[in-house]
Amino acid sequence: MENNKETQWNLWEVFVQTKTGAPHEHWGSVHAPDAELALQNARDVYARRQKLWSVWVVPSNAIIATKLDDNEPFFDPQDDKVYRHPLFYKIPKGVSLDVS
Amino acid sequence: MSANLFNYLLKLGDDRVVMGQRMAEWCGVGPILEEDVALTNLCLDFIGQGVSLLGKAGEIEGLGRNEDSLAFFRDDMEYKNTLLVEQPNGDFAQTIAKLFFFSTFDIIFLNELTKSKDEYLTAFAIKSLKEAKYHFRHSSNWFLRLGDGTEESNTRLQNAIDNLWLFTDELFDMDEADLELVNLGIAVDLNIVKAQWLEKMNEFFTLSKVKPTNPDCFMIKGGRKGIHTEHLGKMLAEMQILPRTYPDAQW
Repeated sequence: MENNKETQWNLWEVFVQTKTGAPHEHWGSVHAPDAELALQNARDVYARRQKLWSVWVVPSNAIIATKLDDNEPFFDPQDDKVYRHPLFYKIPKGVSLDVS
Repeated sequence: MSANLFNYLLKLGDDRVVMGQRMAEWCGVGPILEEDVALTNLCLDFIGQGVSLLGKAGEIEGLGRNEDSLAFFRDDMEYKNTLLVEQPNGDFAQTIAKLFFFSTFDIIFLNELTKSKDEYLTAFAIKSLKEAKYHFRHSSNWFLRLGDGTEESNTRLQNAIDNLWLFTDELFDMDEADLELVNLGIAVDLNIVKAQWLEKMNEFFTLSKVKPTNPDCFMIKGGRKGIHTEHLGKMLAEMQILPRTYPDAQW
């Protein structure tokens, strides 16, 4: 790994917007020595065969991610506790469901 | 007039076919995966432009030759590209220097060509200018980074410039046939392009901390007349062997 670090450029995550107003979606990653060349490499790897609207590149090490160990405490939706869901609550008589 | 235009299209087309083939030589051996992809993308742009120009040349010649017959069944002495583009890729610095010299020429040249009175050339210029702008962006960025980078990258770029500089002036050569087309408003006056090109070069030489050791050196020419350096024949041999061995080969 140490050797790898010396021979590879930094990693950048690539987010792509396919049309105006659409969300930027993560498409993959590229290596590049700096931000401008990361944009160019992303263009060359991802934008060649499809018309895109916008591309973001983000240094991979700027992303703070959860770890596998975090999964239980982070992501247990606790759906055994019925009162966490809106459908648990009865709508009182007289409340109109018509919101239009 | 149509003979002049045929020759003009050949010159433009051959520059692009040879640039494209040279970039293709990086396929699979680029310094890093992403740059490998970048250089072969440029290759496809140049080949696409070459296909268009040689196809049009064949049409104007009217002897039944198409882009494939012009690319694969002419010998080096019939090729009209400049000596600059046929020079070997060398190291990455030399590839970048060549690409930078050519793509800077290209954005200025194509911008002028959009004003041509020939409808085909105008359309070609508008379409290709978009590609050339990216070629310039990529090559000029690398030119700056190599020149103003480490001692080794600076030395390599400096050597590349000195290897290639003496071939650059041929980009701006015009013969009598070209001048007739310039007077008709069809071809580009390359004197205008040259002035802008030199200005751009000086700007980037300052920024990149490199410059030709001998800017006023003797300029070597000949490619436009079919007199090439030894490198073109070898390149064409590799490029042409398949269609010449199997003339009816299909993808």
